[in-house]
Amino acid sequence: MSKSRNPRPGRFSGTMLSFAAGIVLAGALISCGGKGNESEAPAPAANPSGKPVDSATAGTVTGMIKLDGTAPKPKNINMAAEPNCAKEHSTPAQTEDVVPGDGGTLQNVVVYLKGDFSQYSFPPNSAPQQIDQKGCQYHPHVLALQTGEPLQVVNSDQTTHNIHPVPKDNREWNESQPPGAPPINQSFARPEVAIPVKCNVHPWMKAYIAVFDNPYYAVTGKDGSFTIKNVPPGTYTVTAWQESLGSQDQMVTVGPSESKTVTLTYKPNSGD
Amino acid sequence: MAPPFGSLAPGSALLNTPRTIRAPGPGRLIRPNQNVHRFAVFTACCTFFLLIAGALVTSNDAGLSVPDWPLSYGSFMPPMIGGIFYEHGHRMIASFVGMLSIVLAVWLWRVYSRRPPEERWLRWMGVAALGAVVAQGLLGGLTVLFFLPPAVSSAHATLAQLFFSTVASIALFTSEWWERSSLRVPDLRTPSLHVLSVATASAVLLQLILGAAFRHKAFGIVPHLAGAVVVTGMIFWLAGALKRRFPAIPELCFAARGLHILIGVQLLLGGAAYWSRLYAASFPQPIPVMVALTVTHVVTGALVLMSCVLVTLVCYRIVQPAEAMIPAAAPRPSAAD
Repeated sequence: MSKSRNPRPGRFSGTMLSFAAGIVLAGALISCGGKGNESEAPAPAANPSGKPVDSATAGTVTGMIKLDGTAPKPKNINMAAEPNCAKEHSTPAQTEDVVPGDGGTLQNVVVYLKGDFSQYSFPPNSAPQQIDQKGCQYHPHVLALQTGEPLQVVNSDQTTHNIHPVPKDNREWNESQPPGAPPINQSFARPEVAIPVKCNVHPWMKAYIAVFDNPYYAVTGKDGSFTIKNVPPGTYTVTAWQESLGSQDQMVTVGPSESKTVTLTYKPNSGD
Repeated sequence: MAPPFGSLAPGSALLNTPRTIRAPGPGRLIRPNQNVHRFAVFTACCTFFLLIAGALVTSNDAGLSVPDWPLSYGSFMPPMIGGIFYEHGHRMIASFVGMLSIVLAVWLWRVYSRRPPEERWLRWMGVAALGAVVAQGLLGGLTVLFFLPPAVSSAHATLAQLFFSTVASIALFTSEWWERSSLRVPDLRTPSLHVLSVATASAVLLQLILGAAFRHKAFGIVPHLAGAVVVTGMIFWLAGALKRRFPAIPELCFAARGLHILIGVQLLLGGAAYWSRLYAASFPQPIPVMVALTVTHVVTGALVLMSCVLVTLVCYRIVQPAEAMIPAAAPRPSAAD
């Protein structure tokens, strides 16, 4: 009986599969290293050694964001999979993509000035801005703050959340927050409009945080209005940003101690 | 005289002598590696469920619902709510499959260390599978700690499918059919079934990588669509060749039929899954129909790859390409003759 070699397709397939797996793993490890590795050094402020704005000559930009037409109907959120969330709502919670305000206006629109502020310095507020997880929704839905300004995340629910901003220009982070846990304190180092925030435990939860390196921003409330104070004289672009409808621009020139009013109008399918 | 076809000759002792022992008790013969074969099949089935669990994590956008690794919320058992149910459930099943892989590797090593030298290579398949599952665990941890970088997430998805095919291959190698089959059929056409089957399996693997990259937002759908055209063509070519060249070989006809069915189902699922993603884009959370279709599409892709790998192995086992059939040269008469 001749001694014959067993056909070894196994070596072939085992080697092939192991080699392929090794290539895949090596490629992944080489290219891994996400935004968590970004430098923590904050971007420079508008001008740290700049002069403060002269309040004697500063002006104001006020205005309204209007909606020309009917807002898209919000969708109901199904929280049945999480009883601790469902019991907080006697009627189904709804999405907040486009929230109409009073009198044909829009809520939750970020309005900000674009211009040359390089000669001024704007130290951020030390009092934290707060975002609360209540009824398994974020409150407020849209928040604006300055670079370096503290953000405090609070969990008022009886369930665990994880707060996960997904920025493009800032450091990404993802922290869990069980019920009763202390507030999470964070800040953002770079301007960005706007950072989506989500909870991977409850996928319907969504918020936006807009970050600026100057204090010339506002978020419209129930009446759709905004007021931006202490604006140095000059020509600026007033930009409105809405998460679904996109951005709108308008130029404005603010004279010394002048107050200017700007109205921007969205159509339900308008925007960038 | 040496067998003309080397190790594949019908006269080969290994191929034609069933390796059996007589069990204690009346009548029944068992193969020494029958139980390791059953365990390999069980491990493959558990791996399939792990693929489903992993796909559920992605489809439910739960990949980062557990921000830490290797623990979950600092413990072995976090509250299983919302996305945590999918992510931590996936980790638990993965741990179980990891333990099965350890047992399989050790068992294969013990069983096949006692076999003749030409059969001991199978021990290394168990080691390879174990290495793959360890690497898979590390990739899973990296993808969480680095916030789902597309390359790492895609590698994690691809390696999962490679591991599944590896374990299925082990199940085939330890099977009674593999041990006892003495069938050898010549393949006189070109390209040979060996080349065709390897090319098809490679194309399917590349298509899976493209699909994983799309799913994990590395790039768009177009490369995956283009790959679907190529893979469909390759599978039809391979299945057609199997049926045309060997209509009387039941194993190969079954393989052809299976490939046809799988690719047809997968194409339908792909279209439905993509439609469901577009439809669900405006919803505030993943909807059940989108989750079901995308998960089914992913795991059917794994079955397609596994099937192509097994068909390749079967072709290497029983099909002889034309170039391997050149008879050995007759010995030259020596000066002494």
